[in-house]
Amino acid sequence: MSLYGYLTLAALVFAIGLFGVLTRRNAIGILLGIELMLNAVNINLVAFARFRADVAGLVFTLFTISITVAEVAVGLAIVIAIFRVRRTVEADRLDLLRG
Amino acid sequence: MTLEAVSFWVVAAALVASSLAVVLTPNLFHAVLYLAAALVATGVVFLLLDSPFLFGVQLLLYAGGVVTIVVFAIMLTERLVGERIAQTSRYVVHGAVVAAAVFVGVAGFLIQVPLGGPRPSLPGDLTPVIGRALVGPWAATLELLAVLLVVALLGALYFARTED
Repeated sequence: MSLYGYLTLAALVFAIGLFGVLTRRNAIGILLGIELMLNAVNINLVAFARFRADVAGLVFTLFTISITVAEVAVGLAIVIAIFRVRRTVEADRLDLLRG
Repeated sequence: MTLEAVSFWVVAAALVASSLAVVLTPNLFHAVLYLAAALVATGVVFLLLDSPFLFGVQLLLYAGGVVTIVVFAIMLTERLVGERIAQTSRYVVHGAVVAAAVFVGVAGFLIQVPLGGPRPSLPGDLTPVIGRALVGPWAATLELLAVLLVVALLGALYFARTED
């Protein structure tokens, strides 16, 4: 399978994740969509690293995986904090900052 | 078709199907389980790209860690049974149009650039090379990442603390 196959697969997964981010009402559902998008980027990085024989892509994939884990931890902590105050995690009703 | 192509198509179908299930299933808990399947499928894609080390990292950090804390967050904010866990989507048509436009844009860019060429032969096990790169040229980045993880953990503790 050529590089095109992997890149197209990653673009498809990215688009699906974007669809989830745009359409989900639940804040945790939105986070799951973001996970899918970041995951698609990792496929791109590893595919380029393999086909260009450059280890930097693999190192960057390690970095993005760790950063994503930190991002999910902080994001879910924010969701829990919001739930304590508003008793809901529906993104449409989280309009505290609306002027 | 070679074995590699067949396994790529099987894994790609599994990855796309589970990703679609993540964004389409009405049950949030099921969505997390499908996300775990999608993350494992991504790990298998890494395996097809001759990166067994990243496959292990993917399973441990993503499919293990992320899925576990998302399940905990769902248990804290929703009831696992009953009506409240059912979630609806809104603006499905708008979202589908935007997502399709992004995919077409990326794919259109892909077919314009010359990326072909055979896969170069593997110089051997890449895991020691990754390790040496992490403490060699990328050592400062690795240390910054450690700081980021500590800050993120402290931030998560701060956000989710109780008042008393």
